[in-house]
Amino acid sequence: MTNALPLWEVFVRAKNGLAHKHVGSVHAADPRMALEAARDVYTRRMEGVSLWVLPSASIIASDPGESPSLFDPAEDKIYRHPTFYIVPDNIKHI
Amino acid sequence: MYTVSLSPETDLHIVAADDTQRNAVFEAKVADDQFIEPKDWMPDAYRKTLIRQISQHAHSEIVGMLPEGNWLTRAPSLRRKAILLAKIQDECGHGLYLYSAAETLGISRDDMTEALHQGRAKYSTIFNYPTLTWADMGAIGWLVDGAAILNQVPLQRTSYGPYARAMVRICKEESFHQRQGYESMMVLAQGTEGQRRMAQDALNRWWWPSLMMFGPPDDQSPNSAQSMRWRIKRDSNDALRQKFVDVTVPQAQALGLTIPDPDLKWNETRNAYDYGAIDWAEFHAVVRGEGPVAKERLAARIDAWESNAWVRDAALAHEAKRSQRKAA
Amino acid sequence: MTVALATSLGDDALILGQRLAEWCGHAPTLEVDLALANIGLDLLGQAQFFLGAAGAAEGQGRDADTLAYRRREDEFRNCLLVEQPNGDFARTIARQFLFSTWQALLFPDLAQSAAPAIAAIAQKAAKEVAYHARFAAEWVVRLGDGTSESHRRMADGLAWCWRFTDELFMDDTAKFRPEWDSHINATLTQAGLATPKPVRGITGGRHGRHTEHLGHILSALQYLQRVYPDATW
Repeated sequence: MTNALPLWEVFVRAKNGLAHKHVGSVHAADPRMALEAARDVYTRRMEGVSLWVLPSASIIASDPGESPSLFDPAEDKIYRHPTFYIVPDNIKHI
Repeated sequence: MYTVSLSPETDLHIVAADDTQRNAVFEAKVADDQFIEPKDWMPDAYRKTLIRQISQHAHSEIVGMLPEGNWLTRAPSLRRKAILLAKIQDECGHGLYLYSAAETLGISRDDMTEALHQGRAKYSTIFNYPTLTWADMGAIGWLVDGAAILNQVPLQRTSYGPYARAMVRICKEESFHQRQGYESMMVLAQGTEGQRRMAQDALNRWWWPSLMMFGPPDDQSPNSAQSMRWRIKRDSNDALRQKFVDVTVPQAQALGLTIPDPDLKWNETRNAYDYGAIDWAEFHAVVRGEGPVAKERLAARIDAWESNAWVRDAALAHEAKRSQRKAA
Repeated sequence: MTVALATSLGDDALILGQRLAEWCGHAPTLEVDLALANIGLDLLGQAQFFLGAAGAAEGQGRDADTLAYRRREDEFRNCLLVEQPNGDFARTIARQFLFSTWQALLFPDLAQSAAPAIAAIAQKAAKEVAYHARFAAEWVVRLGDGTSESHRRMADGLAWCWRFTDELFMDDTAKFRPEWDSHINATLTQAGLATPKPVRGITGGRHGRHTEHLGHILSALQYLQRVYPDATW
């Protein structure tokens, strides 16, 4: 069996003003081939105006096992949210 | 609809004792309609069932390109040719989205492809029937895609995130597939005598295989309960099949075509159509690989893969040289 | 004038689109399958527009489908290059590379100078063919540079197609030859491939004298319309 073509993650910007969003992956031997594959696979219906592709292997993802220590500490920092503060109803523009 | 389990599920193990805690968390999340994402802990059986189901679905999309591809060069107008090419291309894309989703479970596309080519993985039985006339293009869109949609729509809320997202994209894109099929059938049904005959013949040949797409009857579908709990499967085979019959019969009537089932009749008490017995012996034979064009379909896929291996090798070799030159 | 030009451009696109459709379901990777279908769809669209314009200019009530489905092989005006069989992927790429590079030079020119009906189509299609030319050129480089097998196959594919390139530069299109040559040579150099030696050009497509392949293409393309002459689809 031959070697597999590497996997690339694909991100599409739907229109200017929006961020690129992950849409899936393609297999390709080189960056240009990955970009063209992403174009043919993920923008057949005018879904995008800009594409990013990057080797899947280069993504560093957080480990769900680590999620409690990474994300739970933010839970009790409710003073970061505007609803934490009581302002009388008659005070406007705040 | 390519999500009916077609292989024995003997490799699903009981959850190991030390995973009991994590399994409880997992089951609670699934029961709470939450999504499971690639790096989350999941029971081995869940991972295996998903890989089998998603890859089987992907294989079905890819093999499913062939029966329609058979008529691509013979499509009777430029408009029909473009529609058909765009539809088959979508199927290729859908196979690709699904392989992508399965790859997040730790299996490579090449491994899945190899499993298909070696006969270890199944695909929908429907694609092992031949496309004999142009009307088959209409019948496939109307009946086969119609059956697929019934199964795929609920899977947009399936428990595995990447699978659910792939299904959202697929359902959105497939919305034109069934409509173009029905429109094509309508033109034939209202056309010349020869075209009407062609349309009726296509319905005659595709009706029963379409009903079989929903898989064996519920009492012979042993792993359904677990798959339902995991939201990998959302409705029972028989419930979906009944729904398909109920929505399709009036569509056939509107075309002026006759469904090839003398036992088909409206049942007032059930508020549904009664339909005749399905030939399950035929279904099981096709699952075993004895469909009329099973060998042709698989041979075509193997040939596409093997006779073009040099192309993939060349692309990799070129990239290796290019990186080296860049580094130097 | 408009009729002849629109017919030849439409026939080119129709026949090459038909050839690319033969790859559907059989390409080296799923990504390439989608790519070839996309190019095929662009070409089918061009065929529809150009043949529609030809029919309109002719003024005898023939639409694009009538022209595509009801003409004999000696009434087709496509170049011989596009009717060549797909062969292996390298030959398909060679054919696409030589042809799309030509279209990519021709269309921007037509967009400026041709009759309005043709200019409008050429303007839209110029973007499509620029992409096709680039896509094909990149594959020429990958295959030429890749392995010894792919290099050999790419050279064979070019040699197969090269005979039919003179026909692209007859009459009004002769002026594109130098620029086409320089584009082709630049890519071949990058691919480590030799420019094929000059050979006696085989021509005739523009006058309705085709290779053996066109009749077979039409026998599939026109099959249903011939068997059911009174039907609409």
